[in-house]
Amino acid sequence: MRIVVASGKGGTGKTTVSTSLAQVAAEAYSVRFLDCDVEAPNAALFLHPALATQREVGILVPRVDTQACTHCGKCAEVCQFHAIAVVGQTVLVFDDLCHGCGSCTLICPEQAISEQLSVIGVIDTGLTPEGIAFAQGVMNVGQAMGVPILRELKKWTPEAMPATCDAPRQPLEIRDAPPGASCPVVETMRGAEFVLFVTEPTPFGLHDLKQVAAIAREFDLPAGVVINRDGIGDDAIDTYCAVQNLPILLRIPLERRIAEALASGQTLVDAAPEYRTLFKDLLERIVARMNA
Amino acid sequence: MKLAISITGQTLDSPFDARFGRAASFCLVDTDTGSWTVHANPALSASGGAGVQAAQFIAQLGAQAIVSGAYGPKAYTTLAAANIQRFLASGHDGRTAADILTAFKSGHLATADDATHGGHHGG
Repeated sequence: MRIVVASGKGGTGKTTVSTSLAQVAAEAYSVRFLDCDVEAPNAALFLHPALATQREVGILVPRVDTQACTHCGKCAEVCQFHAIAVVGQTVLVFDDLCHGCGSCTLICPEQAISEQLSVIGVIDTGLTPEGIAFAQGVMNVGQAMGVPILRELKKWTPEAMPATCDAPRQPLEIRDAPPGASCPVVETMRGAEFVLFVTEPTPFGLHDLKQVAAIAREFDLPAGVVINRDGIGDDAIDTYCAVQNLPILLRIPLERRIAEALASGQTLVDAAPEYRTLFKDLLERIVARMNA
Repeated sequence: MKLAISITGQTLDSPFDARFGRAASFCLVDTDTGSWTVHANPALSASGGAGVQAAQFIAQLGAQAIVSGAYGPKAYTTLAAANIQRFLASGHDGRTAADILTAFKSGHLATADDATHGGHHGG
C-alpha cells in the first residue's frame, strides 16, 4: 500500500502528518518512508533515522565524439529541451537543460553519442528507532530538476526490512510529497494508491488544495483531507470538500504546545499522545478506502 | 551582411523586441541591399532552452550578426559558436527594426562580449 501526503501550499503540515502517520503505522505494518521533498527534505528531523548509506543519483547526459560527428543536426532536432545545439561544425551540450531522455543517443546515425552520468543529488537511507525503513532524496544546490531523483527514490527497496518478532507484516509506504503542484508532486503521486491532502483553512490553503486535488483526479486516486490549524481562517475548505465529496479525515487545531514540540524535533504523536489514537483511526480509514 | 533583429511584429517597421529567446520574430535584413524578411521565432513557446533554440534558428537563417536587448549564457555560447556577432540595443526607446538598422549602420550599437545576465531556471 502506498500513501502520498501532499498539500500544494507549503507549510501546511505535510511532514507533521506523514511522520506521525508513519510512527503509528509502524506498530502494525512494515513501513517504508520516502521523503520526496528533494529540494528541502526535513522528515529526518522528526523521525531521526540513522542514515547508513548514501548513493549518488543523476541523469545520463550526452557526450559527442567530435571525430564521428557529421554535424547533421538530428540530435538537436529531436531534443525537446534544446539541451543540444548544432551550429556549423560545432555541437554544444547544455547539461543543465538535459532531462536524460536518451533520444539524441538513439537518433544519432553515426552512433557518435555516448552517455555519461551527471550527478544531480543523493539518496540517503537508514532505519528509524521504531524500525521504519527511511529514505530521502537530496537535490544538489544549483540543480533544477528533482524528478530524476524521485524516480530513483521510488525504486529504492530496503536491503533488510526491519526484523519483527511476530508474523510477517504487510508493507506500507508513505511518501512525504514536496509542496507545490508541479512535476515533482506529479511524480510523487504516480504509482500511489491513496493521497492524503494536508491543508489549512485559508484561501491560500484552498487554492493549492484544488490544484493537487486535480492531479489526484487525473490519476484516479482515492483521497482524503486533514485540516491542520483547524479553527483559523474560514470554512471554505469544508464547503469545497463537501462539494467534491472529499472526506475530511482529521482536524488538528492550532496549539502553541504542538508548534513548540515540532520546533524541537518531536513528532505530533510523541508530543501529544492523545493524537496517537486519532492517527490510528486516520490510518484505518485510509486503509479502508484503499481496499474499498 | 545578413543582420537579424529581434522584433515584435511582421515588418521592418515593427517595434524592436529587447528579448532574444522569447522575441516574437526576427527580421533578417541584408544590410547591403536593404531587402528583408521576417521569421517567426520557433522558441517563443519553448518550455526551456529558448535562447539555445532561437540562436540555432538564426544561425540556420544564415545571419552573421544579431541585434537584441540581452543574451543569456546559453544563447551567448550558441551564438558565439555559430560565429554570429552580437549587438545590444535598449528596448526602452520605442524604436522600430528600421531604426535599429540605421543605428547599426552608423556603428552606434555596443557589442555583447559576454552573456548579459545569468540564466533563467534550467527546467
